Amino acid sequence: MRNLLPVLTVVAALLALWYAAAVWLNADWAYDRAQRAGTTLNFSALVADTWAQDKPKLPAPHQVATEIWNTTVEKKITSKRSLIYHSWVTMSATLLGFILGTALGIGLAIGIVYNRVMDMSVMPWVIASQTIPILAIAPMIIVVLNAVGISGLLPKAIISMYLSFFPVVVGMVKGLRSPDQMQLDQMRTWNASAAQTFWRLRLPSSMPYLFTSMKIAMAASLVGAIVGELPTGAVAGLGARLLAGSYYGQTIQIWSALIMAAALAAALVALIGLAQRITLKRMGMA
Amino acid sequence: MTTDIAISAKGLNLTFQTNDGPVHALKDVNLDICKGDFVSFIGPSGCGKTTFLRCMADLEHPTGGSITVNGVSAANARAARAYGYVFQAAGLYPWRTIGRNVSLPLEIMGYDKTDIAQRVQRVLELVELSGFEKKFPWQLSGGMQQRASIARALAFDADILLMDEPFGALDEIVRDHLNQQLLQLWARTNKTIAFVTHSIPEAVYLSTRIVVMSPRPGRITDIIESPLPRERPLDIRDTPEFLEIAHRVREGLRAGHAYDD
Repeated sequence: MRNLLPVLTVVAALLALWYAAAVWLNADWAYDRAQRAGTTLNFSALVADTWAQDKPKLPAPHQVATEIWNTTVEKKITSKRSLIYHSWVTMSATLLGFILGTALGIGLAIGIVYNRVMDMSVMPWVIASQTIPILAIAPMIIVVLNAVGISGLLPKAIISMYLSFFPVVVGMVKGLRSPDQMQLDQMRTWNASAAQTFWRLRLPSSMPYLFTSMKIAMAASLVGAIVGELPTGAVAGLGARLLAGSYYGQTIQIWSALIMAAALAAALVALIGLAQRITLKRMGMA
Repeated sequence: MTTDIAISAKGLNLTFQTNDGPVHALKDVNLDICKGDFVSFIGPSGCGKTTFLRCMADLEHPTGGSITVNGVSAANARAARAYGYVFQAAGLYPWRTIGRNVSLPLEIMGYDKTDIAQRVQRVLELVELSGFEKKFPWQLSGGMQQRASIARALAFDADILLMDEPFGALDEIVRDHLNQQLLQLWARTNKTIAFVTHSIPEAVYLSTRIVVMSPRPGRITDIIESPLPRERPLDIRDTPEFLEIAHRVREGLRAGHAYDD
């Protein structure tokens, strides 16, 4: 209860702010319509109008909530208008991209830690890769892959991978290097092989770093999947919903897709948090 | 006591190249350590005592002279797992229980499962930690952790034990207790022990020979044979013999201009 109260207070404050902003941003349109109809609006009529427009600049929270309810619980999952369906499309690309990105990130980190040439040369490229705006490179990835006959899930997953491998590389290089000199010397006194040192010392030491990186990677991966859906004119996925919403000025649809994406990201990151807790507890480190 | 030589250093030199020019960590170090000896190395920081120990362990490579361990080069001795090394910090893996920490070198060396289990039991008994194998390191006190790390160094039956200030981070009372236990352990196992310390009473209490070292360049200034019996109760430290050796060690340190600065 004591933990809940501050959280609820913040949520209530945000909702109040949101409602107030809805009145402020949508008032122009409400006045405009009233003027054309030759009527004047008193304050309560103004508020009622700004919270119930069809295509508001900023939809009120309850409008978004209603839209989410209608497009999740009330729709069949197979329907093209179901947000669950669209979320699933985006999530599958997110997860595939996340797995690929984590694997690539760990692989590069191992290379950087164990190979002097890679240590000197790879990191600048890894950093450079992240300075290129993903919006610029995403269409090219999709076009190029399409030209060689790859379409559908994989191109989106590759864009996700492109964003998600970065935090894993950075975190795992740090993690694999976290054993101190004494621990490495100790391994030497037992004449341990490089593989033994890796599996028994470096990899377990890096676990806290890996999970932290994976949380960031998962969020980045979702952004990648959504961005990957934008330039293709994809017909399914949260990105497609955002795009369609912006074509037709369906702000309520945009906001509900946004909220859905945020909820999805929160759920996926929480899942990694759970895996982290279980793993570290079993390792005796938490 | 046999006269077989366990560790032999001849004209050992080690120079580190640093940005401030070369540093002579060891200069013309000659020493023979007999099997079954308990040899302490004492001296102020920078005298090369740890560096010398690390040379025996093949963790540092001398730039001149030679060092043999069990009659072969230090590198070959390390490959043959001729010694157990105890560091200043226990260095237990937090994700492994005490039992699994002790079994770590055994896993690396490829012992089979039943053998590992027996050895873990035996060495934990030796350091009086039976019943703690399921505990994680953070559940043990600092002294117990250090005992576990000694057990780990003993697990694979190397007949040489190299100890680098193993009790340096522990308080006086725990240290006394562990010193006593270490002597009992040495008597029971008849290992050769090389022990780095900067405590005069500790060195005198434990050793059959005390090697006094001095810095810049790191060198041996005195080697003191202890006339004390191998059986040593704690109150031997109040006897005139004990105090006399301690005095000689102190003189040796002073003669080496160890505390000039």
